[in-house]
Amino acid sequence: MTLAVTEAGPVRVGLDRTWWQKHGSTTIVWGSRLALLALVLVLWQIAADRWIDSTFTSKPTEIVKRLGEWSGDGTLWTNTWITVQEIIYGFLLGAAAGAVAGFVLASLNLVYRVLDPFVLALYSIPKVALAPLFIVWFGIGVHMKVLLAAVTVFFLVFLNTAAGVREVDRGLIDAVRLMGGNRRDIALKVVLPASMTGLLTGLKVAIPYALIGAVIGELVASNRGLGYLINDSAAQFDTAGVFASLVVLSVIAAVLNVVVGLIGKRVNRWKPLDD
Amino acid sequence: MTAILTANAVTKQFAKDDAAIVALRELTLDIEEGSFVTVLGRSGCGKSTLLNMLAGLTTPSSGQVRYRETALSGPDTSIGYLTQHDTLMPWRDVVRNVEMPLEIRGVPGGERKRVATGLIERVGLSGFEKHYPRELSGGMRRRASLARMLAGAPETLLMDEPFGALDAQLRTELQEELLRLWQGSGQTVVFVTHDIEEALLLGDRVVVLGQVGRILLDREIGLARPRSADDLRVDPEFVALHRELSAALKGDAS
Repeated sequence: MTLAVTEAGPVRVGLDRTWWQKHGSTTIVWGSRLALLALVLVLWQIAADRWIDSTFTSKPTEIVKRLGEWSGDGTLWTNTWITVQEIIYGFLLGAAAGAVAGFVLASLNLVYRVLDPFVLALYSIPKVALAPLFIVWFGIGVHMKVLLAAVTVFFLVFLNTAAGVREVDRGLIDAVRLMGGNRRDIALKVVLPASMTGLLTGLKVAIPYALIGAVIGELVASNRGLGYLINDSAAQFDTAGVFASLVVLSVIAAVLNVVVGLIGKRVNRWKPLDD
Repeated sequence: MTAILTANAVTKQFAKDDAAIVALRELTLDIEEGSFVTVLGRSGCGKSTLLNMLAGLTTPSSGQVRYRETALSGPDTSIGYLTQHDTLMPWRDVVRNVEMPLEIRGVPGGERKRVATGLIERVGLSGFEKHYPRELSGGMRRRASLARMLAGAPETLLMDEPFGALDAQLRTELQEELLRLWQGSGQTVVFVTHDIEEALLLGDRVVVLGQVGRILLDREIGLARPRSADDLRVDPEFVALHRELSAALKGDAS
C-alpha cells in the first residue's frame, strides 16, 4: 500500500531578473568600500608632512616603498612565514587538544562539574600574562609562540565543544536508547555529530586568536617574525616599517577570515530542528 | 486475549527541592496483545509520564511495568515509541534516519537501504529520501519518524500525541493512514491523545485518565472498522460515546 503526499507546500517559479537587479547592491557595497579605502589613503598622503609630522604617521607611499624593499631583500617573506607557521601550528595544536578534551570531559558529567570553575579561572587569565612563564620554560624561540597561540585557541575550542556536548537534545539520546543503542552508540551517533556545531563555532572564533597569540608572543620576546619587525622598526622610529608590518598582518587576518567564512557555510548546511 | 504490557500500581514522582511532584499515582493498566488502546486525558494528567514508563525510558518510583511477563528495566527494541516532539537526527537525511534502528542492530548496508526505501514509500515520502529534517514540513517529519519507528519492526507501538502539532486536514489524513498501516499487522498500539474524536476514531478501547493518572473511564469501542472521520461524525453511536467521554473528562475537574 502506498500513500501519497498531498500536503500543500511552497511553489517554485522562474524569475527573470536583469544583471543589475541580481548584483546591484553587492556592486554598490564593494564600490563604496574601494572608494572609502582610496579616500583614506589619499587624505593620509596629503596630510602627511603638510598638517602632521610624518615621523609619527609615515605615509602610504613610504609604506609601499618599505614593503617593496623588504620583499626585495627577503625580510618580508622569512618573517611572515615564521608568523604564519606559528599561527598554523598553534591553531592545530590548541584546536585538537581543545576538541578532544571538550568532548571527553563534557561527556563525564561529574568530572566536568568539578573542573568547570578551574577551567573558567584559567580561561580568564590574559594570555599575555603567561608569556614570561613560557619564556622561562621554552625559551624565546618558535615553540613559545606556538604554545601561546595554542593555549588561547585551546580554551575557546574546549569551551565551545563542551557546550555543544552538554546541550545535546535529551530526546535524541532517548531515541537512540529506544532503538537499543548502548553508550557507545549514543556517543558516536548522537553526541559527536551534535557537538560538531559547537566545535565548528569554537574553531571559527579561535582563528583570529591564534594570530593574536602568536603576535603577542613575538612582541614580548623574539628575534624573528612580524611582531619582531614591528618592535624592531618602532625602536628605530621607523613608522613606515611598523605600518608595513601591520599591513601584512591585516592581509593574513583577512585570509583567515575567509577561512572562517568557509567554515561558517559548512556549519549552516544543517541546523537543529527547532529554530 | 492476553495482556502484553502491564502497569502494576505504578507511581511516578519528581523530586524538586524538598517537595515531590506526583505525576502518576498507583495506576494499574493492562494492554491486550493486538489491540489499539487510546489513552485520553487533559494536559498534565500524566499521559506522557505513563508512556515514558511503558517504553522503559524512565522507571516508576514504585510499582512495576511488565512486558511479556518480565519486568521492564530499560528500553526494549520490540517496543516502538513515537514521541510528541520530533527526534529525527538533524544531521542525517531521511533515508539515513530511517536506517538508524537497523544500523544499531548491525544490519548490513544493502539490506538497510532496501528496508528503509520500502518504508519511506509506505509512509508516502518517496522522492524526499535525500532531504534533511529541517527541509521537510511538520507532517513529512512525522511520516519520517513513523517510518523510523517501523524500521525497528516493533510488535508494540507507543504513540504520544503524534499528530498534535499538525493542522486538522493533515491530522485526519495521517490518522487514516495509521489505521491502514496497523490493520492486519497484529501490532499492539497505545495511543495517547487529548482529542476525544481522535481517541474514538482510532481506538478499540478508550482509557480516560484524570488527575495524577486516576482512571475515570475504561471502555470498549464497538464502532465498525474501517472508520472514516467524516462518516463517524454523524453516527449516533459515535455522538453518544463522544458525550460520555466528554462528561467523564469534565467530571474530573469538579
